[in-house]
Amino acid sequence: MKNRIEEKMAALKAAGKKGIYVYITCGAPDAATTIEAVKQAEQNGADLIELGLPFSDPMADGPVIQTASVVALKNEMTLAKELEILREIRTFSDIPIVGMGYINNMYHYGFEKFVKDFKAAGMDGIIVPDVPHEESEEMRRICKENDFVLAEFITPGTTEARMQDTCKDARGFIYCVSNNGVTGVKKVDYRVIGGVCDKARKYTAAPLAVGFGIGSAEAAVEAAAHADAVIVGSAVVKRLLDHKLTEAMALVHEMRVALDANYAQ
Amino acid sequence: MNTKGRFGQYGGQYVPEIVMPALNELEAAYQKYKDDPEFTQQFRTLLREYAGRPTNLYYAEKLTAHYGRAKIFLKREDLLHTGAHKINNALGQALLAKLMGKKRIVAETGAGQHGVASATVAALFGMECHVFMGAVDVERQKLNVFRMKLLGAKVIPVSSGTGTLKDATSEAIRYWATNITDTHYIIGSAVGPHPYPTIVRDFQKVIGEEIREQIKAQTGGLPDYLVACVGGGSNAIGTFYDFRNDRAVRKFGVEAGGHSDAVADNAKTLSGAGEPGILHGAFSYLLQTPDGQVVEAYSISAGLDYPGVGPEHSYYKDENIVKYVSVTDKEALAAFQRLSQIEGIIPALESSHALAYLEKLMPETKAGESVVVCLSGRGDKDVAMVARALGEDIE
Repeated sequence: MKNRIEEKMAALKAAGKKGIYVYITCGAPDAATTIEAVKQAEQNGADLIELGLPFSDPMADGPVIQTASVVALKNEMTLAKELEILREIRTFSDIPIVGMGYINNMYHYGFEKFVKDFKAAGMDGIIVPDVPHEESEEMRRICKENDFVLAEFITPGTTEARMQDTCKDARGFIYCVSNNGVTGVKKVDYRVIGGVCDKARKYTAAPLAVGFGIGSAEAAVEAAAHADAVIVGSAVVKRLLDHKLTEAMALVHEMRVALDANYAQ
Repeated sequence: MNTKGRFGQYGGQYVPEIVMPALNELEAAYQKYKDDPEFTQQFRTLLREYAGRPTNLYYAEKLTAHYGRAKIFLKREDLLHTGAHKINNALGQALLAKLMGKKRIVAETGAGQHGVASATVAALFGMECHVFMGAVDVERQKLNVFRMKLLGAKVIPVSSGTGTLKDATSEAIRYWATNITDTHYIIGSAVGPHPYPTIVRDFQKVIGEEIREQIKAQTGGLPDYLVACVGGGSNAIGTFYDFRNDRAVRKFGVEAGGHSDAVADNAKTLSGAGEPGILHGAFSYLLQTPDGQVVEAYSISAGLDYPGVGPEHSYYKDENIVKYVSVTDKEALAAFQRLSQIEGIIPALESSHALAYLEKLMPETKAGESVVVCLSGRGDKDVAMVARALGEDIE
């Protein structure tokens, strides 16, 4: 059986379309907004939802997602509540959902139990930004056994020698970090990661999703040039934190229109 | 489990992919230089001529008389340039950074001692220096903030999270990830991803090596007890490491008991409610909630209020190589005053925690035995804080 992520990426490829992954911090500004945002993001053209699982010390995140994490934790967001929200989303949507969270929450819960429980609730995979390939052997085994995607990463500094190791067993998609630094909207020269993406194709057939920095339809088009999908996070989360759900969704819609105008065959 | 950079099961490299090339580069550089005669020579010369090593092992005769049991010796790291043991590690890492061709130093700091040490070595080596410091700590350690500025460093207050050491560390890592190619991150304690805990320990182990020689000259044998304070644990690992296989030497790591044993009211990572977890790149004991969120640590001492601890200490705890204990703010404050009045030495609030443990330890010792306390830093920086705690207005 194919994973929802793989089905969706195959469908996009067949249609010659670029994917849009929308990151939403679970519970920021509140649980009801998270659920509504997922629903509307799908209606506005999102192909995959990255559900941010808030952690107290999000080392790879910039100020916006840090703030969203603080807000969600103040709202007493827990793994148990995240499971409830996932189940609620699955009552109305079949969109692929990937969690993005830090290892300590999962380790403390028990990684295998985490994978089994979150998969049962409707999650299709996980991005763990503070676990590099060197430390993920056991996690990869557990994910494989449970048909759960564990995202690998490439960055502007990833060498081909390293890609051979990290990309060869990649499933679902590879998270391509566009620039050195943390999440957040900024001006990025996407040709740099584009070049790295081209090299990665030699070692993997997995779809490549570029994230970090993308805050406009224009940036999404640039980022998508050598990739299969783009990831928008902070730009959406900022609008949600400001209680501007309509504006957040307008941005997703603009990205959809721009990507389809530039790339759809 | 990846066994690289592990102490038992603890340690590892839990960092974003962006940081991995820099860790690999640092590891390769460290492997290349650590036994290189020229590097070793340069490092030793700096420690001797610039920092002031070896530090004295001072027989505290009056403090010994106060307790009337074992002889008490103080390892005087407080006499080092910049006022604490932090300079040992900062010099070693700056030397490595220079050899790696880095142009900029980034550091985190709690009490400001490591920030001052980093700013100092950056000035000495002609490198730019950015120090991240929790906004709360900037407020309670104004003197050190100004010292860093005098030394030419840029001090960046961090108000995210709880505005203390753990948040400053996260922000330093974020800055490092953004400027990874030309910047070296000087971690101030024996924490963080491999190879940092090993590098920091190796640059601090001189403390214990000197103690071994000095105590032998003074008593003819090994010390019976070693006592050091533990926040992240760099002075403690430096003190204990050379004695790790000497079972006869009883070793005590003293954590900050803060106000109480309530959640977020202390920094008792190893001696209290900590459980193994992952923070700032390493698997180690950690103060955390049942959901795996990191709990704020509290201590009167800005250098000890860290919810994690160096991974080698976690290993030492499990293996019973070191016994980890705690003393409260109140006990540390009393020890701060006691050493000032009895010996004429004003200790750092961090070191005062180690000194405070003597109240519990000394009655168990016997005449003829010896106790070595690592006096990791001097207390000048803490005077305003202590005055406030004692209800005196000096500002």
